[in-house]
Amino acid sequence: MRKLWVSTRRLKTFGMLGMNCRNVDFINRYNPRRLFPLVDNKLKTKLLAQEYAVPTPGLKFVVREQHEISHIERQLADLESFALKPAKGSGGKGILVVIGRRGDQFVRSSGALIDIADIRRHMSNILAGLYSLAGSADVAIIEDLIAFDDCFMGYSHEGVPDIRIIVFRGYPVMAMLRLATAASDGKANLHQGAVGVGLALDSGRCLKAVQFGKPIKLHPDTGRPLSDVGIYGWRDILLLASQCYDMTSLGYIGTDIVLDKYAGPQLLELNARPGLAIQITNGRGLLPRLRHIENMTRNRRSSAEQRVDYSMHQFAEEDSVAQSMGLG
Amino acid sequence: MSQKWTFHAILVLLALIGMGTAVLRHLSAGTPFLPGQEKFVWLVEARIDFDVAGGPVSASLSLPDAQLPGFELFEEQTASPGYGFTVTGQGDNRRAEWTKRDAEGEQSLYYSAQLVESDSDGVSAPEGAFPSREYNRYWEDVQELAAKQVLDLAREKSSSPLSLTRELIKLLNSPSSQNAGLLRSETLDPAQLLMQLLNRADIPARYVMGLYLEDARRRQALTPMVEIYTEQEWLLVNPRTGEVGVPTNLLLWHRGGVSVLDVSGGKNSRVYFSMIRQTVPAAQLARVTKGDSIFSRLGVQRLPIEEQSMFKLLLLLPLGAAVVVFMRVIVGLNTSGTFMPVLIALAFLQTSLVEGLISFVLVVAAGLALRGYLSRLNLLLVSRIAALIVLVIFMISAFSIIGYQLGYSAGMTITFFPMIIIAWTIERMSILWEEDGPSEVLSQGGGSLLVAVAAYLLMQMPLFVHLTFNFPELNLVLLAGILAMGQYTGYKLSELWRFRAMDDF
Repeated sequence: MRKLWVSTRRLKTFGMLGMNCRNVDFINRYNPRRLFPLVDNKLKTKLLAQEYAVPTPGLKFVVREQHEISHIERQLADLESFALKPAKGSGGKGILVVIGRRGDQFVRSSGALIDIADIRRHMSNILAGLYSLAGSADVAIIEDLIAFDDCFMGYSHEGVPDIRIIVFRGYPVMAMLRLATAASDGKANLHQGAVGVGLALDSGRCLKAVQFGKPIKLHPDTGRPLSDVGIYGWRDILLLASQCYDMTSLGYIGTDIVLDKYAGPQLLELNARPGLAIQITNGRGLLPRLRHIENMTRNRRSSAEQRVDYSMHQFAEEDSVAQSMGLG
Repeated sequence: MSQKWTFHAILVLLALIGMGTAVLRHLSAGTPFLPGQEKFVWLVEARIDFDVAGGPVSASLSLPDAQLPGFELFEEQTASPGYGFTVTGQGDNRRAEWTKRDAEGEQSLYYSAQLVESDSDGVSAPEGAFPSREYNRYWEDVQELAAKQVLDLAREKSSSPLSLTRELIKLLNSPSSQNAGLLRSETLDPAQLLMQLLNRADIPARYVMGLYLEDARRRQALTPMVEIYTEQEWLLVNPRTGEVGVPTNLLLWHRGGVSVLDVSGGKNSRVYFSMIRQTVPAAQLARVTKGDSIFSRLGVQRLPIEEQSMFKLLLLLPLGAAVVVFMRVIVGLNTSGTFMPVLIALAFLQTSLVEGLISFVLVVAAGLALRGYLSRLNLLLVSRIAALIVLVIFMISAFSIIGYQLGYSAGMTITFFPMIIIAWTIERMSILWEEDGPSEVLSQGGGSLLVAVAAYLLMQMPLFVHLTFNFPELNLVLLAGILAMGQYTGYKLSELWRFRAMDDF
């Protein structure tokens, strides 16, 4: 019989970061409110990323006004596949992925067929602010679809796996891979049932895998062993994450990165209030690492390369210890 | 670090100011800290409204006797700028008279009385112990016959004036009797009808107007009753139920004389009553309301009663807000909408818990079903919510009507819920349902209701009602608590469950 709760003392020894502590000590302190729109609005993030030469999925066009929706099929005509997103959506809400066409109809990533009226309705919902944080008016973004990288073959149900890296003052401090499952309905949100795989900061190898807050070893839909997950070009991915700090000046962010078969790592979106579940997938708390970075004196002038090398070195040893603890 | 120190100093200061002021108020004005130690004092305010086209006006309002069954008149005041005011008459015939040489437009006159609950039976004045003939109005032949038959039937089954009265009420209220139906159709007021029949039977009776006292009620009307004189005392009879005796919460406002309100020179005159219950001891009431100390000047008790009832609710809000902060920050409950639970709790205060819960869940569930259809109509968000508001109002009317027909007045209490809040809740819940599935709806909806119930349970406790109303400064202590919780960086209780997997590592 599994215990239903864990003691406060045990959480403290792991250095688990709680939501109150995250909000007061990190978000309130390191993320100035005026910078939030940069990450809460995907369109702004995208334009900013282009300015800083950070790769993101290509922007096709933006729908800003209701009247544009009535003749949207002309703009969609030459797009075989695309992703339709609300600029201010949160938690993956309101994202519609079209992977192909069949006659007049569009094929969603789930295989379901929809027609142009469904897309129109979805767009008008987005513009009215159905998916935006405070229900405020929004715009719809149409962007290129990510080409699934082969290294994730058999690890995801429908959705594209994404890599979440927490970056604190420019230093990557923790990483995980999120794999969509049938239970999560193709979404990469852990609380909806996606699998979270903790990744070692020095190599990108698998540490632990968790679904619904419980450790697992195999992908629930495909049966592939999750401990085999390995990601090539790990340093480039960390570098991309670290650059987001220079780009936004936000001290505590979650970066969501996807791997494109042809274009390599792409920044999908940023989050100024990243979740805490990443700690479970890593089997360790964020707090010791955050305090370590916080107490460092020489962190102002270092470049993204220096910061990544520091993190890979500083947080590597601990990871191998954690791995031997968890799997051994 | 010094910033943190200042913050803590402010917290302590706030709490000290709050508690210090409360203690000072207790010492100087004598307001007790605990409710229920003293007798209840009812503040009843009559408000008379009428329109004047110009010229002289006079208004006359029947006043309650100084000695009433269950109540004792402690003090009375009027507020009526520009009017001359006198009290005329004695005992049951006491009347307040307002006069003015020249008035124009809408006029409002106030009379307020402080009544202390007492054990006295009141003085049942024997004078006027004769049947008053004023209700002896003309009846058509058919009705005359019906009245005679009803009276004969009642006389057969009764032996005393009291039992006759009871039989009459039973006959008049029986839906099957044709005679009673004929008489009922003549007049809408059962008290008048009963008076008329009692007059015919030569039983001394008089027409009485009572006021049901309920805490923090506004715009209440008087309820007509009948008193019969038998065995040397007046007995109150409820013409609708046949109950005998004065209910404890009934104030006999008008017991004799012609009418409750007379206005000459004005039109559209009406009178209604607001009331509020206080626990201030009677002897100290004078000092609170009349005293010149800073505390009595800054007390909520200085406001008109209509506003006081508002404040009684308003001053409870900080408590509800603190509960929400506690539940979200320390316990970690998920609620839909930050302070929606407080609004629901406030509605519960008016509806009572079980009825409120049932009607709220019913309306939101029915709304979710309707919203499911709306989502297929491809509407813009704003008009969809507007449509939802209209539908919610229809639903509430339907529930009220159906509930009323089935004999549950609880159906009508749903109108206390803020409409817009309900519509938004339905909209949010429905999106949540589509995006995150029904379990998330249950978790957030359940969380909201749980917080609302917790807030309600605290807000309805007599101690807190008493403290927040009589010592508004104690809300500063709550504020300090809320601010302190705003800096809490420890784990939420829910996180002990959420991170339970850490036990396996």
